[in-house]
Amino acid sequence: MAKEIREIKAIIERLNLTPERLLALYRQMWVIRYFDEKVDECFAKGLIHGTTHLAVGQEATAAGACAVLEERDKITSTHRGHGHCIAKGADTGRMMAELFGRETGYCKGKGGSMHIADVEKGNLGANGIVGGGIPIAVGSALTSKMKGLGYVTISFFGDGATNEGAFHESLNMASIWKLPVVFFCENNQYGMSGSVKKMTNVEKLSIRAVAYGMPGVTIDGNDIFEVMDATDEAVKRARAGEGPTFIEAVTYRYKGHSKSDAKKYRTREEEMEWRNNFDPIDRFSRRLIELGCADNAKLEELRQSALEEIEAAVKFAEESPQPSFDTVLEDVYA
Amino acid sequence: MREITYLEAVREAMTQIMRENPDVYIMGEDIGVYGGAFGVTRGMVEEFGPERVRDTPISEAALAGAAVGSALTGMRPIVEIQFSDFITIAADQLVNQAAKIRYMYGGKGKVPMVVRTPGGSGTGAAAQHSQSLEAWMAHIPGLKVVQPSTAYDAKGLLRAAVEDDNPVIFYEHKLLYRTKGHVPEEPYTIPLGQADIKRPGKDVTVVATSIMVHKALEAAKILEQEGIDAEVVDPRTLVPLDEETIVNSVKKTGRLVVVHEAVKRGGFGGEIASLVAESEAFDYLDAPIQRLGGLPVPIPCNPELERRVVPQVEDIVAAVKKTIVKR
Repeated sequence: MAKEIREIKAIIERLNLTPERLLALYRQMWVIRYFDEKVDECFAKGLIHGTTHLAVGQEATAAGACAVLEERDKITSTHRGHGHCIAKGADTGRMMAELFGRETGYCKGKGGSMHIADVEKGNLGANGIVGGGIPIAVGSALTSKMKGLGYVTISFFGDGATNEGAFHESLNMASIWKLPVVFFCENNQYGMSGSVKKMTNVEKLSIRAVAYGMPGVTIDGNDIFEVMDATDEAVKRARAGEGPTFIEAVTYRYKGHSKSDAKKYRTREEEMEWRNNFDPIDRFSRRLIELGCADNAKLEELRQSALEEIEAAVKFAEESPQPSFDTVLEDVYA
Repeated sequence: MREITYLEAVREAMTQIMRENPDVYIMGEDIGVYGGAFGVTRGMVEEFGPERVRDTPISEAALAGAAVGSALTGMRPIVEIQFSDFITIAADQLVNQAAKIRYMYGGKGKVPMVVRTPGGSGTGAAAQHSQSLEAWMAHIPGLKVVQPSTAYDAKGLLRAAVEDDNPVIFYEHKLLYRTKGHVPEEPYTIPLGQADIKRPGKDVTVVATSIMVHKALEAAKILEQEGIDAEVVDPRTLVPLDEETIVNSVKKTGRLVVVHEAVKRGGFGGEIASLVAESEAFDYLDAPIQRLGGLPVPIPCNPELERRVVPQVEDIVAAVKKTIVKR
């Protein structure tokens, strides 16, 4: 159910969101979308080696959740993690260079799409193993608690990961130790081809939080206000030493699982239903106008600026040098 | 010098480093008031409290992963995996995460953690609590693998492992826990990657790991009575491996026997044999290399069956004699 404008205004007031901040988030969502669309295009042209997982349609979760974090806070991400990376402050040029396998990439061309990390900025890394980042987030939260550092860690993962043992072990562990961590499930409704309806027998994934004695909420993951509101509450709870929260943000990925997906497991009608009625950027733009934060011309200018950033990122990547084979054995050990 | 047990040496290494460095803590199942399944951490929770001697749920994946995450963010965790067989349950976090994070991230971030875990047979604990799977871990670039055979080595190597900025798998042997040795009271480190010649000799090199070091030393005593002077080399760490000491020993003796408890097929002994075969020591070999390891079976419970599926002193004596006969 879409929120009424007065509810949105209440969230804006509660989170102290200025129009500038909201417009920056709007632009960031376009940056995330264009990044992935450009990656898709570069793949099709054969410019990128390997595989990639796109989060087009899921921009509100990454942008909204990271929007309420402080610089010192940390995240763990997933194989579908470009958006999280951007929202946590990564440079899109260095990200794109990584996908192009270049020396200037975040991982010097050795990690690729699934392993972008920026530990200094609090991005503890994307992950090629479903659910692999969840226990790592618990450990990061443990450091925060043991050293009294006060930072919070958000662990992003998909609906598929909630069927992994590591998910259940981690929620339990974080809950008994009251760790400052937020378990943020982006339920995009498919784990590769497996529909969440077929692969779980619970109406809402958030019900699973009950088993671990922590609050669990299901929210509209395509409404950035709802995402910010729920995440802010969870982060505040974590920072206050009250322990973890499980957030299930319902969303939808427009593209297939990875580059070789014929999407036989769902209908084109279903996809169009989400694109036409629930698109997170579209919904945000209408809200911004409704709130009087911007007019169409301003929004168009921001969209254009996001597109230019991504075009520059591709240019930077293409012009960057390939890593030398001489570096191949570097960084196996510290 | 005073004598303490291997178990006490492990505990002392942890205790000393935890007194010095607040970032070091230990986490595992039943390590608090229970003192760990083998009693290694007994008394530690009383000194350091439940925050730093942290009892965990029976959740090896989360336990290993939490160590990875806390190491990545500035702590130096020591994880106790109750039996080394249970590394299988923690494997994703060790193999796919801990070992690879630094490389995948282009050299940013490090994972300074130690997994301490008892391995080996001889307690009647049977197939799921008696394995020696160290070759699996040694196969993974990004991990270091340590197998101390004496109390002295255990103390010095564990300190080096905790000080190391990489994930280290530290295999203790259950049957060695009660063995005693001379151990200095003050802290010291034994660098990872430095083999130790446990008994110098001139006729044959026996490279042995963990408990097999002791069996090899016993075999050497028997062989001595027959006029055969065996050199026993303990690599102490499989990764990094001190190739030089092994190669030099074989160049001196011209004969090589490799012995470990782990199943021979695919065991680390194959690596040591090939290393020598590929090295300049090959030209010095006077006989084919002999390789001893466990039979390719799960460890049985019956004590006699259990004893006979892994190499014993008499097997080492026989293998050494085979290299001599071929003279």
